[in-house]
Amino acid sequence: MNPPLQKHIMAFKVPNTPDELLSMGSRGFNRLSRWIPYLVIALIIGMICLTSFYTIDPDEVGVIRQFGKYARTTQPGLHWKIPLGVEALNKVKVTRVFKEEFGFRTGTPGVNTTYSNRNFDEESIMLTGDLNSLDVSWIVQYKISDPVKYLFTLRNPEQTLRDLSESGMRQEIGDSSFSEALTVRRIEIDHNTQERLQAILDHYDVGIRIELVKLQDVNPPDPVKPSFNEVNEAKQEKEKVINQAFEAYNKLIPKARGEAEQVIRSAEGYALARVKRAQGDASQFTQTWDAYKSSRDVTRRRMYLETLREVLPKAGKVYVFDPKAGSILPLLNLTSEKQ
Amino acid sequence: MNRLLLIVSLLCLTVLFLVFNEAFFVVNEAEQVVITRFGEPIGKPFTNAGLYWKFPVLDAVNRFDKRILEWDGDPNQIPTLDKRYIWVDTTARWRIVDPLKFMQSVRNESSAQARLDDIIDSATRDVISNHKVVEVVRNSNRLVDNPEMLVADEEDSMDVSRSELEPIKVGREQLSRNILERVIPYAPDFGIEILDVRIQRINYIEEVQKKVYDRMISERKRAAEKIRSEGQGKRAEIEGQMQKELQDIQSEAYKSVQEIKGKADADAIRIYAQAYNLDPSFYAFLKTLETYRETMNKDTTLILSTDHEFFNYLNTLNVNP
Repeated sequence: MNPPLQKHIMAFKVPNTPDELLSMGSRGFNRLSRWIPYLVIALIIGMICLTSFYTIDPDEVGVIRQFGKYARTTQPGLHWKIPLGVEALNKVKVTRVFKEEFGFRTGTPGVNTTYSNRNFDEESIMLTGDLNSLDVSWIVQYKISDPVKYLFTLRNPEQTLRDLSESGMRQEIGDSSFSEALTVRRIEIDHNTQERLQAILDHYDVGIRIELVKLQDVNPPDPVKPSFNEVNEAKQEKEKVINQAFEAYNKLIPKARGEAEQVIRSAEGYALARVKRAQGDASQFTQTWDAYKSSRDVTRRRMYLETLREVLPKAGKVYVFDPKAGSILPLLNLTSEKQ
Repeated sequence: MNRLLLIVSLLCLTVLFLVFNEAFFVVNEAEQVVITRFGEPIGKPFTNAGLYWKFPVLDAVNRFDKRILEWDGDPNQIPTLDKRYIWVDTTARWRIVDPLKFMQSVRNESSAQARLDDIIDSATRDVISNHKVVEVVRNSNRLVDNPEMLVADEEDSMDVSRSELEPIKVGREQLSRNILERVIPYAPDFGIEILDVRIQRINYIEEVQKKVYDRMISERKRAAEKIRSEGQGKRAEIEGQMQKELQDIQSEAYKSVQEIKGKADADAIRIYAQAYNLDPSFYAFLKTLETYRETMNKDTTLILSTDHEFFNYLNTLNVNP
């Protein structure tokens, strides 16, 4: 056993009678009671301090009500108010930009913001002016411009803002065609919705200033989406087909041009050769004739005989017959059989 | 003695505190208060914020909101004048202006909401079913006046039949106002004021929605087909052009070739003729000799007559043949 614990047990004297126990208790109480008033005073001072001093953060203001009635607005810093429920405080974030999302919800914002995959069709499917359906998501950013009005004019400003901006956006989409809302009219829709929303809020006088209305994704509704993709695919296909045709064109036409050039050049070659040859032949003839002219008979005879000398040995067979001897046929047959 | 005094003074303090607590009450900025004694309203309602007093214990404080309150109805399925079924979801803003009357007639907010449900829903039904669906969708005749807006983007536009684009006479905002006008007369009975009724959402009912989707899908498919066939057409056009150019190039080349060759042939003929015309018989003689040379070979069989000049000297030696 530990020595201190042993000692403690030894120090506690077990009372013998109930009277003894009572007197022990009252002695202990008397000792404490001297401190009670101080304790109570400290407690009261503490409570007053806790309920009377308050700090306002840089992005907010404090709205003080005195007996329920608006008394004053305090700026960031340490302040004092009358405690014990006489003055009550509401803090309102006046510099913060609040955001409401329609048709989607941001899950965890960050570098890779995730978005909730839940279906917000109720909120986001709306009719366009040409009676088609469109899946529209958008955001509204707003600031509290008048904290007092914000607190005391509307019970549920966020819900009212949501209802009104849905109504406003639908009206704006209802005045646009399907095609415009998808493409060219987005900025106009943002602008008009913002103005309409602000006008209604000003009419209610709720102390909210709309900073921004911005369309996010505007898409055809999910069941229709695949057919829209089909159109995009068709566009790609069209481009592809046209490119292929141009490719074939580019492959064939320059080649044909080259080939045409080639045949023309070779025809030109032919022409040159033809003329040159003719000129050569003509020249040969004229020169021969020049020489021949002076002694025609001899030259003619000589040329004839020379040719015969040249030609006769080349011939396979030469038959000489005397026309007086009659037909040549039997002679021919004999020779060919011999061969 | 001393102890008794302490107990009495403590009791007095407690009672005094209770009485004060019961006699005074705070009306907040956002509230209004009706004081009732045994259920019977006493005096005027307190509508301004501040500290007030009443008869302790017997008087009860009934607090009501002074701010603008929301009302959001359930979506209603309503047929329009042109027999289309649409869901209409309305939202309204109201506030309690006469808390005494409010307390007497509807007692609390939730029963007031129930009354508003009845009033606004039936007014919405009356107004919507008396108008065509386009009056609820559109607020202006912007699209009717500028039909080119329907095809703002050439390829992402939906074809719209002209009948869908009939001009509107009333429009969404005016319809909202009509609903509001219908419900306003009921409000004073409940001690409330209806500030605004707005059409928040409208949509086709599911079956119609499905048909609309089907129509959109078929329209898109048609557009896709059109684009595809445009592509095919363009290809045919390019191929045609290619064939044409090909024919053009080839025939042009053929023509040039023929011309060039023809001219050369003609030139050659002229050159030959010019030369050979000097002595046609000599030309014939030369050419014949040349032909002999070229045509004779070992397969040739020559049959010569002894009459031939070549054999003159075989027969007889004649000095003068």
